[in-house]
Amino acid sequence: MLEIKNLHVELEEEDKQILKGVNLTVEAGKVHAIMGPNGSGKSTLSYVLAGRDGYDVTEGSATLEGEDLLGLDPEERASLGLFLAFQYPVEIPGVGNMTFLRTAVNAQRKARGEDEMSATEFLKEIRAKAKELQIDAEMLKRPVNVGFSGGEKKRNEILQMAMLEPKMCILDETDSGLDVDAMKLVADGVNALRGAGRGFLVITHYQRLLNHIKPDVVHIMSNGRIVKTGGPELALEVEENGYGDILAEAV
Amino acid sequence: MAIAQAKLDATDARLATLSLPEGGWAEPARRDALARVQATGLPGRRDEYWKYTRPDMLTAETAAEAAIFDADEAPVFGEVDQLKLVFVDGVFDAAASDDLALDHVRIERLAEAGSADIHWARDLYGTLETAGQTPVARTLAALNTAFASDGVLIHVTGAAPKPIALVYHHADPKSDVMLHHVIRMDAGAALTLLESGPVAARCNMVMEIDVADNAAFNHVRVQGRDHERQAATHIFTRLGQESRFKSFTMTANGVMTRNECVIELTGDDASAHVAGACMGDGDFLHDDTVFITHDAVNCESRQVFKKVLRNGATGVFQGKILVKAGAQKTDGYQISQSLLLDGDSQFLAKPELEIYADDVACSHGSTSGAIDEDALFYLRARGIPHGIATDLLTLSFLAEAVEEIEDPDLAEEIVTRMEAWLARRRG
Repeated sequence: MLEIKNLHVELEEEDKQILKGVNLTVEAGKVHAIMGPNGSGKSTLSYVLAGRDGYDVTEGSATLEGEDLLGLDPEERASLGLFLAFQYPVEIPGVGNMTFLRTAVNAQRKARGEDEMSATEFLKEIRAKAKELQIDAEMLKRPVNVGFSGGEKKRNEILQMAMLEPKMCILDETDSGLDVDAMKLVADGVNALRGAGRGFLVITHYQRLLNHIKPDVVHIMSNGRIVKTGGPELALEVEENGYGDILAEAV
Repeated sequence: MAIAQAKLDATDARLATLSLPEGGWAEPARRDALARVQATGLPGRRDEYWKYTRPDMLTAETAAEAAIFDADEAPVFGEVDQLKLVFVDGVFDAAASDDLALDHVRIERLAEAGSADIHWARDLYGTLETAGQTPVARTLAALNTAFASDGVLIHVTGAAPKPIALVYHHADPKSDVMLHHVIRMDAGAALTLLESGPVAARCNMVMEIDVADNAAFNHVRVQGRDHERQAATHIFTRLGQESRFKSFTMTANGVMTRNECVIELTGDDASAHVAGACMGDGDFLHDDTVFITHDAVNCESRQVFKKVLRNGATGVFQGKILVKAGAQKTDGYQISQSLLLDGDSQFLAKPELEIYADDVACSHGSTSGAIDEDALFYLRARGIPHGIATDLLTLSFLAEAVEEIEDPDLAEEIVTRMEAWLARRRG
């Protein structure tokens, strides 16, 4: 599904290397987690994959189902089936949540040469999906993320994911700022989307999200590289002992 | 201070092209206004109040030609149930207009009613305009009072059952028009007034609105899309106790637009909102000049102006809140912002507060910025192409001004026009 090879990335403005040779393959239908201390390059990896400006790829490649991602605009990557759930979803006053999502769904369909979704069809779908995530009709009508609580913003990200039905989902610290109940709700939303050949890359600081979204593979990232890969037990090890031992061992 | 001879000469040259309508109740007010024009002279480049906007096009002897714009969209507010009054190059078109009959409303034309000796409008015509000349001269408005060829006189005694729509067509590329409307809102009356269209190649519009206690006046205006049109407009209003005034203007295109709004809150607990959203590119100058005087207790005023500028366009905002001594519990808010869609455009803003009372809350802000990169990336990461994402964020920028429109259907119609304007320019 997602294949990252020897990815080297610098910050455009300051000539500073952030990713120093990341190798990672997420197979269809699998959930991979990336853990690591602050500043290890986790969020940079998610931004570079989604196509944010401000980074220079100096070496390596990233492909989605064999298609090169790095040369594409963010919207082209999205239409190919890549989805990034933001750590800090952006507030957009004056643009209704529904308008935004319908524009996104139909822009992707158009880009893929598919028929656009009718207003009725869209309404039916979004209502059903919003209900599962306990997002009420009022929230759908409000401007995108404006006045949403931290939990509502993250649920809104998952709703977008559910509507856009991507092939590959990257969740960037989706657990940050969530209480236990909100985290469970978000995790349930993600779990409902598992399967169907969909790949997941879950980026997190803490193991607790992984209690709810059970990963198949866990990677530890440090200083711009994946330094250790293992099963779900690796996350538990981090939870118990911190990153210190693992990082010492990797060096 | 002596007026520069050059300015007086220019004023004389302009006046020589005009003839003052004689007879009837309005003549004394017209003569008085003419005397004021002659005393102050028309605005010139050196006037402080015209520091950012060159008045030359608006004061020139004759109007610069403006090509007729062939609008490819349905008339704005066309679907709204309304009483429609049509002016073509400033000339009333009776055949295209509805009957001037509406419950609780008396509507007459200035050109017809003006010949009578006695009329209710005599106490108002030029009165609010004259009051609005202090502390800053607004000589183009005085010129209008003296020479306006027509306009509507509206007396509202209760709640008008539907909006009155003034529709202005531009048919002659050389037309030069002055219209003067007078609206009297009796205590407890309510009216929505719609205005749309370019009026003429050059227009000078004045509206005086006297809003009595507990009355509500709503105004939504869309200035026509003609690229070369030149407009100077003035709204003068006086607000009684617990009255409400709301005015929103959308401007898309036009080579020169100066919209002035002079509001005086004279009764306690009154509220005045004035908002504008403009969008222009290239040879486009848009100036909003607002002066709000708080002269009563517990009044609220709100100014929201948003300008979208592209490709060398210029936006100007001059907004002042004056809180007089004794106008305690005043709540004044003013925001003026521009979205510069490229590096060539500019926004010039002069927000002013002058406060002589000690228990007031007044805030003002002015910003100039580009499209927010984080928001743009967020939209694109959801699959929305760059152009459409930029348009959505532009509408997002304009939203605070549009929200000032009370009626959601009218607001939606405005948003549709904005979307269309942006879509036509999408690369």
